[in-house]
Amino acid sequence: MDNFELVNALVLISNFVLIPALSYGSQLALATLSLTIIYGVLRFSNFAQADWMSFGTMTTILFTWYLQSLGITGGFLPTALIALPFAIIVTALFCLLIDRSVYSFYRKKKSQPIVLMIVSVGVMFILQAIVRFIIGPNDRKFFDGEKYIVHALDFKDYFGLSEGLTIKSTQLITLIVAIIAMVSLFYFLQRTKMGKSMRAYSNNEDLALLSGINPERVVLITWVIASALITTAGVLYGLDKSFKPFTYFNLLLPMFAAAIVGGIGSPIGAVIGGYVIAFSEITLTYAYKKFFIYLLPENLEPSGLMQVLSTDYKFAISFIILVIVLIVRPTGIVKGKII
Amino acid sequence: MTDNLRAPLAFAFMGILLAIVGFTQSWSVSLSIINLCLISSIMAIGVNLQWGYGGLFNAGVMGFTALGGLTAVLVSYDPVYEAWDKAGIGILISAVILILSITLVMFAYRNISSPQFRNTSIVLIVIAALIGINSFYGPSIDVIESINPAKTGFLGGLGLPIVFSWVIAAFVAGLVAWVIGRITLRLRSDYLAIATLGISEIVIAIVKHEDWLSRGVKNVSGLDRPVPYEIELQQSEWFINLVERINYATLNSVQTISLRQELLNDLIIISSGVFVKLCYVGLFLSVLLLIFYLSHLALNSPWGRMLRAIRDNEVAASAMGKNIFAQHLQIFIIGSAIIGIAGAMLTTLDGQFTPGSYRPLRFTFIIWLMVIVGGSGNNLGSIFGGFFVWFIWIEAEPLSIGFMNLLASGFEYDNPIRMHLLGSAAHLRLFIMGLLLLLALRFMPRGVIPERILKK
Repeated sequence: MDNFELVNALVLISNFVLIPALSYGSQLALATLSLTIIYGVLRFSNFAQADWMSFGTMTTILFTWYLQSLGITGGFLPTALIALPFAIIVTALFCLLIDRSVYSFYRKKKSQPIVLMIVSVGVMFILQAIVRFIIGPNDRKFFDGEKYIVHALDFKDYFGLSEGLTIKSTQLITLIVAIIAMVSLFYFLQRTKMGKSMRAYSNNEDLALLSGINPERVVLITWVIASALITTAGVLYGLDKSFKPFTYFNLLLPMFAAAIVGGIGSPIGAVIGGYVIAFSEITLTYAYKKFFIYLLPENLEPSGLMQVLSTDYKFAISFIILVIVLIVRPTGIVKGKII
Repeated sequence: MTDNLRAPLAFAFMGILLAIVGFTQSWSVSLSIINLCLISSIMAIGVNLQWGYGGLFNAGVMGFTALGGLTAVLVSYDPVYEAWDKAGIGILISAVILILSITLVMFAYRNISSPQFRNTSIVLIVIAALIGINSFYGPSIDVIESINPAKTGFLGGLGLPIVFSWVIAAFVAGLVAWVIGRITLRLRSDYLAIATLGISEIVIAIVKHEDWLSRGVKNVSGLDRPVPYEIELQQSEWFINLVERINYATLNSVQTISLRQELLNDLIIISSGVFVKLCYVGLFLSVLLLIFYLSHLALNSPWGRMLRAIRDNEVAASAMGKNIFAQHLQIFIIGSAIIGIAGAMLTTLDGQFTPGSYRPLRFTFIIWLMVIVGGSGNNLGSIFGGFFVWFIWIEAEPLSIGFMNLLASGFEYDNPIRMHLLGSAAHLRLFIMGLLLLLALRFMPRGVIPERILKK
């Protein structure tokens, strides 16, 4: 085995496992942060989360089309990034409308969390109907701009390898945007007055009220931040792959799994959980045949695909991790709020 | 309106709705709706036992329904002997390895005290099991799926009458519920919801992709039927006589013999369809009544009172020495078993098993809507909810198309807005369902037929 084989194998793994898992993990981490913030402050598991993500992405797509019709594009960056702030505003306003008309009634009545959870199922239906009504149930690609940062062919020619490293620009954008979003969120939660009052409210509602924190303001800010996070996550996912309402709906389980694995209600846990779920989904469903062909001498080459689980069972992986965590450490990796 | 009058009024209203469909569309349509209403009511009773009496949120109704459907296939379909001969052993060995490794992991987890040794041994067992299963399982399924793939390509079933599957489905669904319940019921309620959501997705993934077991998205059709076929009825003497006797007056008003024969033939064809549906109604109705009666007995016993006490105040019930976890587990298993029965019945009614048709909205959240609209904590309410919500679900489509036509009537024929409005009419149904749920929760949180609170 020479060194080239080793490099080839490494490039292969980073193409199909490391880089995709890193970008999918970042998207999932943002979405889970949104879920966990709603859970921490408003105290219910929001089943409408995934369809809320479709709503935000749909709004972004509509703004993108509008900008493109005006002739404004992002140049080598996707136009959706320019549309994103507008879409966040619209999504947040829409969320506040839903909060005023639906959720606030139960909050004032101090209903049990499970009632709010069922209410969120109703909201899920309505959001799903709106999204399908406006943009339809089909697959949509809204990516424009430069597609690759490192292109496989160029890389191969330059280094003389048989595997070419590919980095899609969406993957890099995802990482950068996600890091910016996370850093500013943690800065907000830890350092600003509003963030501190949010954490106080989440920790102990009565004490927070006694110290003069305005609950309505906390709720409002929570919805705005959660909308911003979920819309960003949805847009990054859509840029990377494509936008389809049903696919987005299916992200609900990985999101919940990530929240619980990380420790529900804990923002850091949400980030860790997102990456754990993403990495396990991709490492366990990747077929390592080619990887071993590079690494092993010819007579030891594997005959099968060398795949732990077929890609059809992606859901199963989130679920199995969820179950293991529930059995072994029900509080999650970072100790969450309550079990 | 007193609570006593609510139930009869609600059912009378439902009867009128179904009669309107019968008169305006056709009795055949009305009977098909009734059949699905009956199955939905059974599912709703299952969910109601879990939620209304046990306070447990099961977000995986779809999974248990699909398990019931799969059981119907595995019980009733004739075995594919060729597949068993060539690859049955491989599948059995993989199953044995799977069970053995799970037992070993459980044993290691419980009995090895040193954490380091425990974890390494668990990992080793899992790896050994994966290698073992892969070496038997992969080749066997390739063989099975290559045998006559256009017609079978799977192991087939036991070849028993399909009605047996209704009972077996209860056990299968109950077994899965036991596993899920053991893991999640000790934790807070959200976890049960999320775990059941997960297991239902996994069940669907398995029936969709394990072709050797269920033919996957190729569907299994031509299942055994517990009722006669239309074509047999149309040729049997007694049925023709029956139709003749019922329509005596109409037939006699016809002058010529040939016209009379023609009319009789039409009537026989229509009546045979109606008769088959009536047979199903009879079957499903008896199952529904049996389940309703049994749960009525159970819930009015000390056991039922204990369940409600736990639901209303866990701490107090626990202080009285009730084992909350065990009771939750019991009611969760019973509810899931009932959902499993309904799933098997649904597949029986369809005569085919189509894994691609299981969608969480249709099979999980609509059932929830039935329970909440009907009145959680009251089985009569769940039956009404099953009828009413299913009726709305069916009739929402023509209604929304009509509504969209009205909205679009102002536009030119080929106006894009008009085309868009008409094309998206189907999605209005989801909106109606969501709105119904939110309105019910807000303005009628106890449902149409609320739970009866017994006063001393």
